[in-house]
Amino acid sequence: MLNNQDILSTLDMIGKQHLDIRTVTMGISLLDCADTDICRCAEKIYDKITRKAKNLVSVAEAIEKEFGIPIVNKRISVTPISLVAAACEASDYTPIAKALDDAAKECGVNFIGGFSALVQKGFTESDRKLIASIPSALSQTGIVCSSVNVASTKAGINMDAVRLMGMTVRETADLTKDADGMGCAKLVIFANAVEDNPFMAGAFHGVGEPECVINVGVSGPGVVYHALQGCKGAPFDVVAETIKKTAFKITRMGQLVAQEASKRLDVPFGIVDLSLAPTPAKGDSVARILEEMGLEVCGTHGTTAALALLNDAVKKGGVMASNHVGGLSGAFIPVSEDEGMIAAARSGALFLDKLEAMTCVCSVGLDMIAVPGDTPAETISAIIADEAAIGMINTKTTAVRIIPAIGKSVGDQLEFGGLLGSAPIMPVHKFSSKAFIDRGGRIPAPMNSLKN
Amino acid sequence: MKAIVTVTGKDRKGIIADVCRLLADNGINILDISQTVMQDFFTMIMLIDTEDCPLSFTELSDKLTEAGKNLGLEIRIQREDIFNAMHRV
Repeated sequence: MLNNQDILSTLDMIGKQHLDIRTVTMGISLLDCADTDICRCAEKIYDKITRKAKNLVSVAEAIEKEFGIPIVNKRISVTPISLVAAACEASDYTPIAKALDDAAKECGVNFIGGFSALVQKGFTESDRKLIASIPSALSQTGIVCSSVNVASTKAGINMDAVRLMGMTVRETADLTKDADGMGCAKLVIFANAVEDNPFMAGAFHGVGEPECVINVGVSGPGVVYHALQGCKGAPFDVVAETIKKTAFKITRMGQLVAQEASKRLDVPFGIVDLSLAPTPAKGDSVARILEEMGLEVCGTHGTTAALALLNDAVKKGGVMASNHVGGLSGAFIPVSEDEGMIAAARSGALFLDKLEAMTCVCSVGLDMIAVPGDTPAETISAIIADEAAIGMINTKTTAVRIIPAIGKSVGDQLEFGGLLGSAPIMPVHKFSSKAFIDRGGRIPAPMNSLKN
Repeated sequence: MKAIVTVTGKDRKGIIADVCRLLADNGINILDISQTVMQDFFTMIMLIDTEDCPLSFTELSDKLTEAGKNLGLEIRIQREDIFNAMHRV
């Protein structure tokens, strides 16, 4: 029989330390839904999604019950809509976003991602139409998520796209200002976007993916935090080892759920995303893990080193626990979704510049950050450019999910509720980046040798 | 299918009798039991076989949770696989 201590420790992880599966995400290819008539295209999309994902929620709920492990979100990702809609003659893609929204709601999932375009090297006509449709699509739908990839290590940074996305973020904030800029919480600007990411808002189903696939994202900052409380004052070798072992256990559970979901839905298993994804709940915070390592408040000197260790140890522990690892895999640092990050930002310990440094060593990037409502579009573009440069040079995924808080300033707060949490508004640099952003063009792809 | 049943709550007389009766009434065979009391807190872990249980796993889980509430206990049932996955390489 299993060791009683092991059984009780699993129960404690689930019951007291917020261990859960963050998401079971079904990726669905929509390439066969193309049509010159946008209404017909939207119909095909609705039909295909509701057919493929019909049983997703019920299967995930049955797994939750049988294994006794919460699956917090069930989600769908689809082929970037700029590709699917390219044949459409219409100039506004909002009807397709509405079809995605309706289909997702019919299936009972929490989010659907893929209102996306990949423009790292340049725009197609369809990419331009999609980006122009983002503000209206996100303001007129409930659970559709959008992403745009503006840079990659191989292509460099499309600065025209960076400029355009700064304006798009502002426009989306304006159109959703009554909902605290909620539209921007569903919009990610990427460098080196991955094709199999199960996490929102940046999930889309890449063109190299199969017809339909199941990807799973695990969570578990609370479990790591709890494990580290058992090694106070120990050297970092012990800290790293403890995180590795914990990540292994968390990921094994993700692997089990992924295999089970794949079998029951008769859809191939894609990857497990080894991410430490926090929630606004107390005791489920990445910031508190960093503080447990010995930092008074997350954001002080030493934070980047602590995060680097955490991110690396999570991967090392998780990679042996799953037969296919992918997605973003690492520690997430979304400010509004992490109780400790919110507290650190409020106490004046955590600023954008430090967060930017942190994104060099962890998964993703500047995530769920509220900035003053009067922040110019060019400043937002410049923030995106900085983050894209980090991703491009370091051959990693980076992203920006930033919310201009219309009519609000530093000291105020935005409330999104649920997993998205609440965002204290953080200051941005006052000096202009306008002339820099106005240049446009492309920043060339970097050298990948002569590294000295 | 093999599953792990965990029962926790404030200790009193007859908890094991109550829970075993409940399981037997639902056609469940108990393969192993381990039980302890720490500071008035009762904890029992059972390995069971659900092969002859007429209910689906979800129905059984709901029934045990509900019966647990009536007995003043927390009764959980989970497939054995999750523990094996987590604690065995």
